[in-house]
Amino acid sequence: MQAKRTIFPNKILPYMLLVPQLAVTLIFFIWPALQALKSSFEREDPFGFHTTFVWFENYRRLFIDPNYVGSLSKTAVFAFSVTVLSMTLALVLAVAVNRVLRTNRLYTTLLVWPYAVAPVVVGILWWFMFNPTIGIAPYLLRAAGVDWNHRIDGTDAMILVIIAASWKQISYNFLFFVAGLQSVPQSLIEAAAIDGAGPFKRFWTIVFPLLSPTTFFLLIVNMNYAMFDTFGLIDATTQGGPAQATNILVYKVYTDGFIGLNIGSSSAQSVVLMIIVIALTAIQFRYVERRVQY
Amino acid sequence: MIENRPFLAFLTHLVLIIGVVIVVFPVYLAFVASTHGSGDFMRGLVPLLPGPHLLENYGFMLNEGISTAGAPPLSIMLLNSLVMAISIAVGKIAISILSAYAIVFFKFPFRLLAFWIIFITLMLPVEVRIIPTFKVVADLGMLNSYPGLIIPLIASATATFLFRQFFLTVPDELMEAARVDGAGPMKFFRDILLPLSRTNIAALFVILFIYGWVQYLWPLLVTTDSRYYTVVMGIKRLAATADAEPQWNFVMAAVILAMLPPVLVVILMQRLFVKGLVETEK
Amino acid sequence: MKKLALLLSTGVIAALAHAPNVAAQTEIAWWHAMDAELGKKLEEIANGFNESQSEFKVVPSYKGTYPETLTAAIAAFRANEQPAIVQVFEVGTGTMMAAKGAVYPVYQLMADNGEPWDPAGFLAPVTGYYSDTDGNILSMPFNSSTPIMYYNKDVFEAAGLDRETPPKTWAELEAMSRQIMESGAAPCGFTSGWITWVQTENLSAIHDQPYGTLENGFGGLGTEFTFNGPVQVKHWDNLKKWADEGLFEYGGPVGGGDAPPKFYAQECAIYMNSSASRAGVINNSKEFEVGFAPLPYYDDVTTDPKNSIIGGATLWALNGKDPEVYKGVAQFFTYLSQPEVQASWHQFTGYLPITNAAYELGQEQNYYADNPGSDIAIQQITRGTPTANSKGVRFGNLTQARTVVDEEFEAMLAGTKTAQEALDAAVERGNQILRDFEAANQ
Repeated sequence: MQAKRTIFPNKILPYMLLVPQLAVTLIFFIWPALQALKSSFEREDPFGFHTTFVWFENYRRLFIDPNYVGSLSKTAVFAFSVTVLSMTLALVLAVAVNRVLRTNRLYTTLLVWPYAVAPVVVGILWWFMFNPTIGIAPYLLRAAGVDWNHRIDGTDAMILVIIAASWKQISYNFLFFVAGLQSVPQSLIEAAAIDGAGPFKRFWTIVFPLLSPTTFFLLIVNMNYAMFDTFGLIDATTQGGPAQATNILVYKVYTDGFIGLNIGSSSAQSVVLMIIVIALTAIQFRYVERRVQY
Repeated sequence: MIENRPFLAFLTHLVLIIGVVIVVFPVYLAFVASTHGSGDFMRGLVPLLPGPHLLENYGFMLNEGISTAGAPPLSIMLLNSLVMAISIAVGKIAISILSAYAIVFFKFPFRLLAFWIIFITLMLPVEVRIIPTFKVVADLGMLNSYPGLIIPLIASATATFLFRQFFLTVPDELMEAARVDGAGPMKFFRDILLPLSRTNIAALFVILFIYGWVQYLWPLLVTTDSRYYTVVMGIKRLAATADAEPQWNFVMAAVILAMLPPVLVVILMQRLFVKGLVETEK
Repeated sequence: MKKLALLLSTGVIAALAHAPNVAAQTEIAWWHAMDAELGKKLEEIANGFNESQSEFKVVPSYKGTYPETLTAAIAAFRANEQPAIVQVFEVGTGTMMAAKGAVYPVYQLMADNGEPWDPAGFLAPVTGYYSDTDGNILSMPFNSSTPIMYYNKDVFEAAGLDRETPPKTWAELEAMSRQIMESGAAPCGFTSGWITWVQTENLSAIHDQPYGTLENGFGGLGTEFTFNGPVQVKHWDNLKKWADEGLFEYGGPVGGGDAPPKFYAQECAIYMNSSASRAGVINNSKEFEVGFAPLPYYDDVTTDPKNSIIGGATLWALNGKDPEVYKGVAQFFTYLSQPEVQASWHQFTGYLPITNAAYELGQEQNYYADNPGSDIAIQQITRGTPTANSKGVRFGNLTQARTVVDEEFEAMLAGTKTAQEALDAAVERGNQILRDFEAANQ
């Protein structure tokens, strides 16, 4: 790993400097993670009076449980849809902002602030819009003849949480696409224009390929966001329902563990989730190594 | 612009205006709801234009809150959020800059191991280790306390990497000169490195402040005493009650108040925010 | 940085300054799940006790829904941060009774602290439900309810129905709902809170159908669910049919948070929910007149509907506090059982008067005569002779099992399962939960 060529000779000081960070990491990250690993092999009553070692029983039960397998696929659908929807909208807006000159700052300001809205608040905002008695969305949908009922229809509920989660993430993707677009050399575009390529052709043949590092990076970050940061959003809206239609993995860990008090199963789910995050992080960092050169 | 096409310019603005409407509309609706009386949410469609109860609703939420919905006055919750967000930002920056300094400017046994331990925090978001982390905090007697809200969240791999990346770009000559002048490592850190990192710290502060402010699951777990509720988690309680009894005006007043501080930070410090965001995520 | 530190420290100081003064009084934390009107009244009771003496201070805090409150208390117990008193709904009774080391049985608590305790003073269904196998009451009865039917008299009249004649049977309810819809008096016939409790558990009791083996779980941990019988299937089937037709609107899982606004907004003419919804209903129905009635029954199944079953919650004292705290808890419980306190709580909220004395006090005050419909719940829960199927349901992990019932009900409404399939699946999944509970508590 890289370090300075010239360094300070102190022997003790670097450890002192690292102590706070390492202490927090060991106590609040690594130790609990090991505990989760341990509990995933145990069965425990809610109050914690009896604990039995059960080997892989919790895992076995997870993967024969249609609800867990369903949760895996729902998480995939959710993460994929949020990623595609929010990135597409963000790209369109970023390209548009990149074309305007004077009002560029104003539009940017008006578009980026949802980044600072907590996911649970986003959930409340959209839940309110979709309130069955007074919400504006059911009102408009009824007027349009759409039979909308997110309380019963799992697909409707999924669409609702996808829209809400994407809404928040547009701002983030937008900023990265704008940064990516600004680094596309103007000379290339001008050369293509001289060759007679129209604006749409120029975008697809030159700009979009050059954006691919940004796009790939955002793909990973968005997947991560949809899988982990949307806990509050689900909690404020569907709470995983109806009939577990929106019960994504991270919410299921919470409901099974903290609400259902099935600690063994919840821990096994945590371990599965950790494996997923580790995979995503590994992909992300392999990519970052390349990004440094670019 | 390479060529002038009025239709394309029109389309561009149209796209942007639609985008802004999509982004702003849910919040506009929330604001409108927060200016009406409770009775306006009983039936029919939600009001679309502001009503006359703005000050009354906000004043009520700030000063009294709805204790029967488990929500103390919002002023307390806002203060808790502020304490939490600022402390997390300061804490993360402080411990990260120190670790990065150690990793870049010193060579010592287990340096790589330390780096990896820090790196691992990226792979263990709180959501995947809820129950055991709760237990650790409980065993340390940190439930219902500011340290319990703050300390477990201040480890930061991204901030450490950002500082590391930045320190690697600091010319070696600076440090050699300092050593010639007889400056020790802490003096070098304080007098040269810290001032150089000012913009990075500020940019990071903006991002981390938002990170701390929007925390939801963690305060939900570690606080049972309403004196320590943060505004983001308190709101959920309110909203759950509003389902059964329409008090959307109060819920939305709380929503607006909870959004305002971090959103203002983004708008007022947009340059730092963009820098912080784009650089930390590298 | 300095400014920040200053800001921080002032923030901390301000927050500390806000902490109440706890000088001499012993604080007794009371976690509860009563929101809105009920929460206000509950806080009044706590205040009443606090003002009646100076040694103890009961501090109520709202912890969300019933399931949320229960799980918060259990999590807190594991972390040794438990409150002295927690309000647990009837569904959690099985879980709490099995947690021997965690609870301080109320009969013992009262005896240890020399407070008066007379189990015979409670209403019979209350004692019946909350006693353990040895006949001891383990938790302090506080808010017991049973579901009843609320209806909008004005809408009834607008639909050409008699405003004073609510439906008695499900067949009448169906016909009236249809007339209400077709006449345009309201867009929906009826809605309901708690599909599990009202439309499944109480339905079973009223029609004398078993909900589970071993006397609905009273007999031990080896019990199994059996609520997929013909009557329950028939009812769910009807609910699905009525939902498709628009006669019935679903109010959401667990307590059914969407149901009350539908009734308040005069969207649905009939609303079934806990008798304790009375306070909220009265408060939110200023634009129309409300009628009260017992739950309907199927006259082709029984001509003699049984008593409905108990809901609501009791107060559990949790172990691990100082003796001084328990002394306060015992005194508070004595305060709670006073007829005046009980009667006022009952009359305001619609919960059952849990002691005979409170019921008698209400009669002396002419409360029931002055407030027609206010004794529907008492009459309904005490009618006929209780059978093994109508004395209640008591299962471990019933909270989780109810989640399963809600999910399967939603699956049926969405059309992915028939009523029979949904109930079969709920029973099968529910039994798995019961086996887990049994395994974890052996």
